[in-house]
Amino acid sequence: MLAPARIASRAAAQWQALLFEERVAAGLFLAMVLLPVGAQVLGGYLLFVGERAVILAIAALSLELLIGVGGLISFGHAAFLGIGAYAAGILASHGYGTLILALPAAVLGCALFALLTGSIAVRTRGVYFIMITLAFGQMAFFVATSLAPYGGDDGLTWPTRTLIFGTHVLKSETVFYYVALACLGGVYVLMGRLVASRFGRALRGLTDNQRRMEAIGFAPYPYRLAAYVMAGAACGLAGFLLGNQVEFVSPAYMHWQRSGELILMVLLGGSGTRYGPIVGAMTYLLLEETLARLTEHWKVILGPLLVVLVLFGRGGIAGIIERWRLGELSLARLWVASAATARIQGGRLLRGLRWTKAMAARALGRAIPRLKASAADFSTRWRRCNMTVGEAVVSLVLVVDRSISGAIARWRRR
Amino acid sequence: MTRAVLRLHGIEKSFAALKVTDCLNLEVFEGETHAIIGPNGAGKTTLIHQMSGALAPDAGRIYFDGRDVTDLPMPARAHLGLARTFQITHVLPSFTVLENVALAVQARSGSSFRFWRAAAAEAPLNVAAMAALDAVGITARAEILAGALSHGEKRLLEIAIALAQAPRLLLLDEPMAGAGAQETQRLVETLGRVRRRYTIVLVEHDMQAVFALADRVSVLVEGRIIATDTPQAVRNDAAVRAAYLGDAA
Repeated sequence: MLAPARIASRAAAQWQALLFEERVAAGLFLAMVLLPVGAQVLGGYLLFVGERAVILAIAALSLELLIGVGGLISFGHAAFLGIGAYAAGILASHGYGTLILALPAAVLGCALFALLTGSIAVRTRGVYFIMITLAFGQMAFFVATSLAPYGGDDGLTWPTRTLIFGTHVLKSETVFYYVALACLGGVYVLMGRLVASRFGRALRGLTDNQRRMEAIGFAPYPYRLAAYVMAGAACGLAGFLLGNQVEFVSPAYMHWQRSGELILMVLLGGSGTRYGPIVGAMTYLLLEETLARLTEHWKVILGPLLVVLVLFGRGGIAGIIERWRLGELSLARLWVASAATARIQGGRLLRGLRWTKAMAARALGRAIPRLKASAADFSTRWRRCNMTVGEAVVSLVLVVDRSISGAIARWRRR
Repeated sequence: MTRAVLRLHGIEKSFAALKVTDCLNLEVFEGETHAIIGPNGAGKTTLIHQMSGALAPDAGRIYFDGRDVTDLPMPARAHLGLARTFQITHVLPSFTVLENVALAVQARSGSSFRFWRAAAAEAPLNVAAMAALDAVGITARAEILAGALSHGEKRLLEIAIALAQAPRLLLLDEPMAGAGAQETQRLVETLGRVRRRYTIVLVEHDMQAVFALADRVSVLVEGRIIATDTPQAVRNDAAVRAAYLGDAA
């Protein structure tokens, strides 16, 4: 029998042995496990938001496999959310809403869609990959809007949450929350294994330097395609859960804005770590919830916040945490760094303003005396020859025309 | 000399109107170190790219170990045993030196479609990788990120990666490019140590290095090979002197 003190010290030693990233993740998951307790005190709405955060964290984590590991920025990832939810929802609407059918349909349906679209998309990189995935995502979106038997634009209301062996256990919010959390944990662990495996190492290598990898015998295509299919399947799981949560699915799940939000979650939390996207999904939802309470136009606040984060917090929240850990983020240093950034950016801005002002002054400086002269010319003629109003208008038009065409001619000569 | 490991037959390559490789024939024999020299713009790197599969020739065939590999891309040729280095270093900067080499071993030993076991914990990969690092003498740097290496060390790492591929043929594209005098010395020594064990095609500007390492030298001028002979004979060839060495020496 171990004394409690020894158990505690052993636990502390094991805690010390964990990598920093694992410690952050452990803390994060502990907080998530305890969330329903908090919801008992603070109200059930917290649990609802928690479910959403956990589900979107799965989606963000699956996207991280593409962005952070595979170097593929997918702008159509939300399609998998929708396909997963539609696959399960359509089955449910026909009375087959049981886990054994619905979950494989959601996951395999997404894997199939990923295989078909990925076999084309993954041949491209960079902006082209972004555009192709965006196009496929929007195709899925428009197909969903035209699914008239399943609600079309209005979406599809599920008869009930997915049955597990004929029981309604998922109806309990607490159970549902923990099921979703278990899924997140599973995806988190699987992804950790994957990234460290032979496959993951090859995939990371291709992101790091494709030429080198090709020279030692790795053709990029099969690795990237496999990663795309796996990411799609994992996001299908998230879609399955998302549809279950609200017992509803609509084309809006697949809209490109949703894909953009998923990218934001990954970047906000910090690509390159596995806990980053989870933190990102949570922060995003937290911001949405709190800012939306302040104002209807909450995205006006969110936008600048994200810009500030991108400017000052490279690597997102995870990057900030990492720098704080390495001691690069003392308040004094932060002050110096942001002052330097502000000076550089401010200097650029000032130079830009000065340049604009100088250009405007030059343009006006030439134009204004000439306009004055024209006006003077006009008024002397007016006085001299007692023109009729009609003549005045015509000559005014002529003066304006002459000064404009003169300006154009001078400008062209330059 | 025995049989040809690599045979180029009537290779042609043009970039727009510029003919960079002009009906070129070349044989590289088993076990030799075959240097390719030539003035700037002669098409040396383009030729290496075509040998390794980074570029496809417009016409002609390339035979590797008697097999027509003209239409095979670079990764497929790597699997047949064709390893190369680049004129501009290509390493994996965010991987450790050891992992850079271990990936090359991984590429030739078993499937990389394994998703569960940690690759870094596979002892056979690491052992073979360490042996390659030892061959070029940078084992001390094994745990450092490759991006943090000095330029000369990156060149050595590239060679170690190529050696770890257990190649039938080693294509070295200006391995001394950009290296300082001491680094060049170290590279020449390293290559001198390993060259007897491999068949090597060496593209190089550094004439001292070429004459120290090569068994045969081909001189490339304007996409054509104007001479192939021993270093000594090439050095004394009048046409070569006129086209190339004359300007240098």
